[in-house]
Amino acid sequence: MKLEKKLNNTLRDARQKYGESVNVHVEDRSIIVEGVLDTWQDAVDLCSMFAEVSTSAGKGNCASDADTNQGTGSSAQAEGRRHNRVRGCGPIARHAGGYHVVNNTTVKGLEKEEIRLPKVRDNSLEGEHPDVLIIGGGISGASIARELMKWKLDVLLVDKEADVALHASGRNDGEVHPGVDLGKGTLKQEYVVKANRMFDQVCSELSVPFKRVGQFVGFFDKKLYLPIKMFAFQRKHLCGVDDTVVLSKAKMKEMEPSLSDDFQFALYNPYAGSVSPYELTIAYAENACTNGARVSLETAVLDMDVSNGKINSVKTNRGTIYPKLVINAAGVFSEDIAAMAKDRFFSIHPRRGTNSILDKNKGKSFGTIASWKTLGGAHAHTKGGGIVHTVSDNLLIGPDAIETHEKENFETRQESIDNIFEKQKKTWKDLSENDIITYFTGVRAATFEEDYVIEAGRKTHNLIHCAGIQSPGLTTAPVVAIDVAKLAVDTLAAHGEQIHTNANFDSVRKGIPKVSKLTKEERAALIKENPDYGKIVCRCEEISKGEILDALRSPLGVCSVDGVKKRVRPGMGRCQGGFCMPLVSKIISEELEIPLEEVYKNNSDSVITYGKIK
Amino acid sequence: MKKYDVIVIGGGSAGLSAAIEAKKCNADVLLIEREARLGGVLKQCIHDGFGLVRFGKKLSGPEYAQKFIREFHELGIDYMTTTFVTEIKKDKGEYELTYVNEEGLDYCKTKSVVLATGCRERTAKQVLIHGTRPAGVFSAGTAQHYVNLLGQMPTKKCVILGSGDIGLIMARRLTLEGAEVVGVYEAKPTPSGLERNIVQCLDDFDIPLMLSHTVTRVFGHDRLTAVEISQVDENMRPVAGTEEIIQCDALILSVGLIPENEVAKELGVTIDGRTRGPVCDENMMTDVEGIFSCGNAYHVFDLVDYVSKNGETAGRGAAKFSQGKLSSKAVGGAKGGATGKAADVAEKNANGEAKASAAGAAEKTASSVGSVGTGGFDKNVRNMTCIVCPNSCKLRIEKKDGELIVTGHRCVRGEAFAISEMTHPMRTLCSSVASVFEEAPVVPVRTSDEISKDKMLECMEEINKVVLADRLGEGDVVIGNVLGLGVDVIVTSDILRGES
Repeated sequence: MKLEKKLNNTLRDARQKYGESVNVHVEDRSIIVEGVLDTWQDAVDLCSMFAEVSTSAGKGNCASDADTNQGTGSSAQAEGRRHNRVRGCGPIARHAGGYHVVNNTTVKGLEKEEIRLPKVRDNSLEGEHPDVLIIGGGISGASIARELMKWKLDVLLVDKEADVALHASGRNDGEVHPGVDLGKGTLKQEYVVKANRMFDQVCSELSVPFKRVGQFVGFFDKKLYLPIKMFAFQRKHLCGVDDTVVLSKAKMKEMEPSLSDDFQFALYNPYAGSVSPYELTIAYAENACTNGARVSLETAVLDMDVSNGKINSVKTNRGTIYPKLVINAAGVFSEDIAAMAKDRFFSIHPRRGTNSILDKNKGKSFGTIASWKTLGGAHAHTKGGGIVHTVSDNLLIGPDAIETHEKENFETRQESIDNIFEKQKKTWKDLSENDIITYFTGVRAATFEEDYVIEAGRKTHNLIHCAGIQSPGLTTAPVVAIDVAKLAVDTLAAHGEQIHTNANFDSVRKGIPKVSKLTKEERAALIKENPDYGKIVCRCEEISKGEILDALRSPLGVCSVDGVKKRVRPGMGRCQGGFCMPLVSKIISEELEIPLEEVYKNNSDSVITYGKIK
Repeated sequence: MKKYDVIVIGGGSAGLSAAIEAKKCNADVLLIEREARLGGVLKQCIHDGFGLVRFGKKLSGPEYAQKFIREFHELGIDYMTTTFVTEIKKDKGEYELTYVNEEGLDYCKTKSVVLATGCRERTAKQVLIHGTRPAGVFSAGTAQHYVNLLGQMPTKKCVILGSGDIGLIMARRLTLEGAEVVGVYEAKPTPSGLERNIVQCLDDFDIPLMLSHTVTRVFGHDRLTAVEISQVDENMRPVAGTEEIIQCDALILSVGLIPENEVAKELGVTIDGRTRGPVCDENMMTDVEGIFSCGNAYHVFDLVDYVSKNGETAGRGAAKFSQGKLSSKAVGGAKGGATGKAADVAEKNANGEAKASAAGAAEKTASSVGSVGTGGFDKNVRNMTCIVCPNSCKLRIEKKDGELIVTGHRCVRGEAFAISEMTHPMRTLCSSVASVFEEAPVVPVRTSDEISKDKMLECMEEINKVVLADRLGEGDVVIGNVLGLGVDVIVTSDILRGES
């Protein structure tokens, strides 16, 4: 069926449901949805209806028949050719140019959420001419920065927050997905297995803890055994998820005795793993820095000067930057960045998810990642979460998935926790809210196609989008980064730049020792070398003063209480910083030679104390 | 490898008493403390009211601790500070401890271990507070650390959730230092803290106590900007439609204490589900032979005096065990101790005086003129313990038609005390003075005797003018005859004298 016909059919249904204000048209391979709706959820549901059309319309290389029908698309392609457009390699090339839904609806009474901007205003970046400007210090931006350093390039990464990994990359479950839940045809699926297998090497190079804890998906209904066997066969042999097996109840219970007695059998992927998402992001960013990249935090992109399909300059709160190439890795804000770059051809619909962390004592009784499914529930992990044995040996329960128009509202709500626990008690009956030590909310940057958008700009040609990155975005980051870096280099070369490989690139990051994990001999030797490693500051996580000083002296040098916490974990334990926060504050104040009241939780607005009492 | 009869882990009030008592029983003792100074949480409890049962007078936390620290040093007991035990394992009827400090990683052996590891505060997330995660959410103990040890102001205007004693104490402390305490909110229909503290910390300063209210939400992206308060029903669930937003910059939590028993759990000690402390026999030995528990690690005590007593029992038990003088019968008796039984043991150990606090909501503060009221809080009725003599009569004073009716006293002095307290209350003012020394930006002080309640704020002004430039110690006068009231302001800690 022709695209136009499909859209008209969908439009008819949509108008019945959401009224006559709904309209749709296709422009430059974007399906632009308009209308006035009562709620944000309506807007999301409406756009999702059209996304079914956009995904079935196929990817860039097979989209020509639709293009000719719509007229405007072909001229965009012609324009693209004039600018020596680079399509990238492998999966990127295969998926570039696909159709995407653009959400131009309005919701009654809903005001546009103002982006939270850093307070700082200076000229520290004024007149900078980096080869590549990366917008966004999440796992995507950080990993791309690191991969780009394999070439002799001047790379500048900016993020509006006071640290990297403060949005989705610091607020997810840390699972390194096996990819068993992904069907063929998505960009996610093309990357996930290859990326999963890279984690041992990447984490060893970057000195980031990683454990393959395996993933169980339990089933209550014996009758599903055959269909799931077939599903597993398909995943294993056609999708390349070659670690997929179906386990009998007995075998499953032998491997993880805590799993529910009601599970009749389980789908199992031993390659599933756990990693700390923020530690990995920080490690990538630090390795990029030691190889010459620059990271400018509390730096927000405010506007761009774009003409003739080219970004001429990027205005930030720290001055105007003149990059040769811009990479949009701005997460929930990637649509806004695309709009600034006059290249908005996709939309993001933020989706909130809350995770709870349980005491390490509980981690001893549950050593894997697990969830359950019934027939029809295709995405157990994105819709109702799971139980994850984290790389720090805590348990993480979650996340749920709730549509929201707010891109940076990280509030938690009790309903989320109640719902997740109710669901996951069916995975493990001993799960208890009493073991919760903390919880947090993250916001996923989903497109309506629920797939990544990784491609060169369509109208703006010194731009690469790495957008729509949600689960399994952490898993796929190592491979995506390599491909995006290649695309960036090819794009620069196509614009006449001479690019040389960086012979001095050092792929190894020297991490901070985790003294409590060392053997006694190693620990003794380390303390002899530096007595600060023998002074325990955080009693719950057994973190020494030496590790805290290492964090303060690390390449990104984020000298806040949260910055230290994300790097070496004081405050991550069961007392949640009750004992160590004043001690860490004092160490920061002494190391930086600043008064205690200038030690912040995160940015300079997150004041901890107001100064001397007298 | 150095060998001991008894190793005490934790140098707070329980650990100090245990070590002293074990030493007096001729055991070879080592005490290991993870912080830089001995004294535990008493170091930051600069308010008064400690020691009434044991010493018959109201001391501040540092003064109470100092009495034990002095005795500890006089007995020449071995100790290590800034030292952290990383592992305890059983080895041929003995225990081998691994510890780290700046000297390195080392081992020592002992016949018995006393776990005196104290307790930690319940956090905001453990009472399911939702909303954003800004700076400005403190547990009361953390706020107390900032104010009393680091001399830093954690708030200008705050809400306190939970009427545990530390929360009440901090309400007064922050008010004295110039902060506004909007109110103390308690989800339960009755206050958790001692009545004395409600009177002296809240009523004295007109700070409202709102029962059956809780904080349901926190606002603010960077620093806390407001909290949402809701009424709760009889099941402690928030009642929809009762929400009220209060603008403030901090939320301070005093919502309970949890015994710290991570080491005990590693050793396989049975933990009582209700007290969250180990199940112990009458010698404070756990069901793992040679492992003893005491103080707030055993269960959360109301009064530090009882913690010391409990520590002594454990220290004596550990010493006897190491000398083979404890019959194994006692050990057998404790094994398999059920939940109910632990509570019996608790009562017995404290000679019926200490009681396990049900929700872990009571803290170590001594009662001088009050005791916990279990019923509702009636402003016309006051219960207090007479402190005129060691008889500690439980007095009840009722205000009826403008007259005060005292009951429960056994002599006329008790009645006079009660009426004086009701008509012209006297208070010991505890605070701190600034110092020029880096290791102690503030030094705790108190008035040498009680002053009229009305004079407290005026006296604070005098205290705030002082900057200590001399290394004064406990009992030294900072301000002589303050405001001409005939009492001095004296230092209550030896921190400037470099004692650990």
